Amino acid sequence: MGSSLQPTLIVIPAFNEEESIGAVLTEVRRHLPDTDIVVISDGSMDATAAIVRQQGYRVIELPINLGVGGAMRTGFKFALRNGYQSVVQLDADGQHDPSLVPQLVKELDQADIVIGSRFAGVGDYAVRGPRKWAMGFLSWSLSKICHTPLTDTTSGFKALSLKALTVFENNYPAEYLGDTVEALVIAARAKLIVREIPVTMRKRLAGQPSHNGLRSMIQLARALMALFFGLMRPIDATRGLS
Amino acid sequence: MSLWTYLTGILVALVILVTVVQMMRHGRLRERHAIWWLVGGVLILIVTIFPATLEFVAGVLGVAIPINLSLFLAVGVLALLALQHSSEITSHEKKLRVLTEEVALLKQRLEESNTGAASAGRPGRVGRTPAVKKTSRRS
Repeated sequence: MGSSLQPTLIVIPAFNEEESIGAVLTEVRRHLPDTDIVVISDGSMDATAAIVRQQGYRVIELPINLGVGGAMRTGFKFALRNGYQSVVQLDADGQHDPSLVPQLVKELDQADIVIGSRFAGVGDYAVRGPRKWAMGFLSWSLSKICHTPLTDTTSGFKALSLKALTVFENNYPAEYLGDTVEALVIAARAKLIVREIPVTMRKRLAGQPSHNGLRSMIQLARALMALFFGLMRPIDATRGLS
Repeated sequence: MSLWTYLTGILVALVILVTVVQMMRHGRLRERHAIWWLVGGVLILIVTIFPATLEFVAGVLGVAIPINLSLFLAVGVLALLALQHSSEITSHEKKLRVLTEEVALLKQRLEESNTGAASAGRPGRVGRTPAVKKTSRRS
């Protein structure tokens, strides 16, 4: 293994992101020339995988769309089987700033999961209305569950330690919001340490935000379900499910 | 009850049973799924041949109108079947997810071994792919 000092793997889940994936990879390379990257093409039907290959990066192509949870779990398995010590999840739409990755990884010295939060002070990311209340409620309850102040529980910008990877390898929810909300509950119950650090979030290079308008209420209901099911799972399920 | 109604009832019960058994014979229905259909079919057969049994059981259970008992039982069995199916779909989805992940990982590994170092994690760097560790697989 030639890069034992760089044991971090950047995992980029991508579903039909041909418009932005190229630019994201270029930017990651510029900021982190020494970090390994793998793109998980989550059943993409566009040129996502081809662009990644063309740029010379690894791509793992899921033949069926599994959702972010499934894509990330594939990334976790890949990381563990190839001897990486930690994983950073980065979105393919360009809203996460790759120059912040070292900060997230550094914080792993004291934690198993480090969340890049959009609301913890830096940047001007803001939401309104029911979505704000929903996210507020989630933050409040997950802060209690994880014993640490969390302001942005649905952030997709995260770093995970080896311990977190082992917990999640066989047990990472594929449900809607399962990879964020429910995963944090599982983490807390598996006694993983969760921390968050403030990050600046930028505009997406392409694509629509995953939720807006009237869907907020449905989003709230589903978030609550994810939360309660995470809490209701038998404790054994937080280890080696499936 | 006319003889015609009597015979129709028995015929329907027999059709159900024969269909289920035929499907099992041809491997289109596994025993664990067939059991409820068989139980239901046999019950219908008994009740159609001896309608008095339904009236007797209804009387014992205090159900005023015997047909209500049969409808209640039918709904109960169907609801349980639906629940069983939902649960099996869930378990299939879970297995499918694991298989999908494994297939994708294998495909990537195959690509990497076919193209040598060309698809390492970073472009322009040769042979930086970490050695593949053997890990024991559960599940």
